[in-house]
Amino acid sequence: MKRVYVDEKWCLGCHLCEYYCAFANSGRSSMVKALKNRKIHPRIRIEGDNQISFAVSCRHCTDPICVKSCIAGALSVEEGVVRIDEEKCVGCETCVLVCPYGALMPSESGVMQKCELCIENAGGKPACVAGCPNKAIIFEERA
Amino acid sequence: MAKYVIIGNSAAGVACVEGIRSVDREGSITLLSSEPYHTYSRPLISYLLEGKTDEERMKYRPDDFYEKNGVDARLGVRVTEIDPSEKTVTLDSGEKIPYGKLMHAAGSVPFVPKIEGMETVEKKVTFLSLDDAKALADALTPESRVLILGAGLIGLKCAEGILSRAGSITVVDLADRVLPSILDETGAGIVQAHLEMHGLSFRLSDTVQRFEGNRAVLKSGETLEFDVLVVAVGVRPSVSLIENAGGAVRRGVATDETGRTSLPDVFAAGDCAESYDISSGQSRVLALLPNAYFQGHAAGVTMAGGREELKKAIPMNAIGFMGLHILTAGSYTGETYVSRDGENYKILFYESDLLRGFILIGNVARAGIYTALIRERTPLSGIDFALICEKPQLMAFTAQARRDLLSKRQ
Ligand SMILES: Cc1cc2nc3c(=O)[nH]c(=O)nc-3n(C[C@H](O)[C@H](O)[C@H](O)COP(=O)(O)OP(=O)(O)OC[C@H]3O[C@@H](n4cnc5c(N)ncnc54)[C@H](O)[C@@H]3O)c2cc1C
Ligand code: SF4
Ligand code: SF4
Repeated sequence: MKRVYVDEKWCLGCHLCEYYCAFANSGRSSMVKALKNRKIHPRIRIEGDNQISFAVSCRHCTDPICVKSCIAGALSVEEGVVRIDEEKCVGCETCVLVCPYGALMPSESGVMQKCELCIENAGGKPACVAGCPNKAIIFEERA
Repeated sequence: MAKYVIIGNSAAGVACVEGIRSVDREGSITLLSSEPYHTYSRPLISYLLEGKTDEERMKYRPDDFYEKNGVDARLGVRVTEIDPSEKTVTLDSGEKIPYGKLMHAAGSVPFVPKIEGMETVEKKVTFLSLDDAKALADALTPESRVLILGAGLIGLKCAEGILSRAGSITVVDLADRVLPSILDETGAGIVQAHLEMHGLSFRLSDTVQRFEGNRAVLKSGETLEFDVLVVAVGVRPSVSLIENAGGAVRRGVATDETGRTSLPDVFAAGDCAESYDISSGQSRVLALLPNAYFQGHAAGVTMAGGREELKKAIPMNAIGFMGLHILTAGSYTGETYVSRDGENYKILFYESDLLRGFILIGNVARAGIYTALIRERTPLSGIDFALICEKPQLMAFTAQARRDLLSKRQ
């Protein structure tokens, strides 16, 4: 299965991936309307300092501890993609407590949100991958 | 004969089904449960009262779960006996069901202390099941004065759930602080102040000496009038079936890392069983949903002939009240790193080059990075500890470790 991989060597720390992610998941057709003057809640986050930076989003683990731990049965694996049912989530943050990557964060409403590889969105490539100007985020199959 | 029989229809029982089916798609599974409901998420009963979920959404697995997994689910039947020599279980109807491999995932039962006059209390409930939640909802009116016995996880979650349905809520606990099993004094102070701000009253270091109908006389001498009593002083592992069958029981059912009990072909998992806590080096009951799942899954895989062990068990709690989140893990021993800013509180416990435990209140973002340090027993000398103290972040790892985390399949 194709997953998102990042290489900090190429990351510019420009945060564009965060904006593309927030836009792709906003359900709006205009990037300006979706993002301008709003606090964005992207599912991918840049970590780092002036020298090193890298993007972190869900690794879609083959044995996902978040799915096993979710107290509501809101997280599940569908064809390798770790998905969240936001209707079922109660925002208890158990998944935040167990994800070793710090890849889950609450949405504006308090329920959890996470990267779902853009399977509900435009399709093809995840928006962060398509939008990264320096190919620091790659979407491919790795062993 | 069913190849696999499972007692229990909650986290550990469901995990056992999923564990078995990850190895064996065919072998017949019979699941027996005293509760008459489709599998539901027990921790969500307080959210149900709060209106944050409903009976449909709080199902722990989709409606087609049993069918898809080829499970003959017999809901609303109670097992009264396990006969390990005949390899049968007996139901309350008298029916005997033979098993090849048996999973005992019977959870826990509420502990109700003996207090003088308890029988004179008109409306009293425990808070452990969907039926309890329904009974409590029925008992409440918007004017109800509620008395909750126990300021632990269950008592306080119950309080949060009924806050807008009750007139007033008073919580009594013998301990000198709230959530005594997971919080230190400072953390408990922050949480208590937060709860009081939302209208709860506390009587700590105190207990009910006797009930006289709807009056509770406390040890301190104070008398409290109430309309509804919630008994939430704790739970006890359900061990009687295993004990009566001659199986080894300590505080909970004794199991090895695959969930095997001392009885041949009998496994146990979840709140009824003990696990080996690597953060304290002790075998103990970790009555928490994630652990119930891990243990049930490992046992299911093992029952079906595969290999999986519960290796990294630690206590882990995620709990929150009215927007204030509390995440804790591990054991509270060793040196500490503390930071506090208003309701945001962090204390890390470390010793022998390992992170042993932590308490985070308020800002809990990315706490799983801390939890993984405890579970994986990552040597602190190999990471940037100052950065880790500042906040959970992958920057604290070496570039090589980050490459392994972010550029490889996980
Ligand atoms: C109000 C509340 C809030 C909680 N919140 C959290 C939380 O936020 N996070 C967390 O990690 N944990 C929480 N917990 C704890 C969590 O619910 C348990 O750890 C978890 O449910 C354990 O699962 P289990 O499968 O071991 O047992 P249980 O959930 O107790 O299920 C036991 C099953 O066995 C069946 N059974 C028992 N005896 C018999 C019998 N003789 N015959 C047939 N069937 C039988 C029952 O019907 C049931 O299906 C909470 C618990 C409560 C009560
Ligand atoms: S949320 Fe975390 S634990 Fe869950 S699949 Fe993604 S990276 Fe893995
Ligand atoms: S916050 Fe939501 S997704 Fe995460 S464990 Fe709790 S219910 Fe599950």
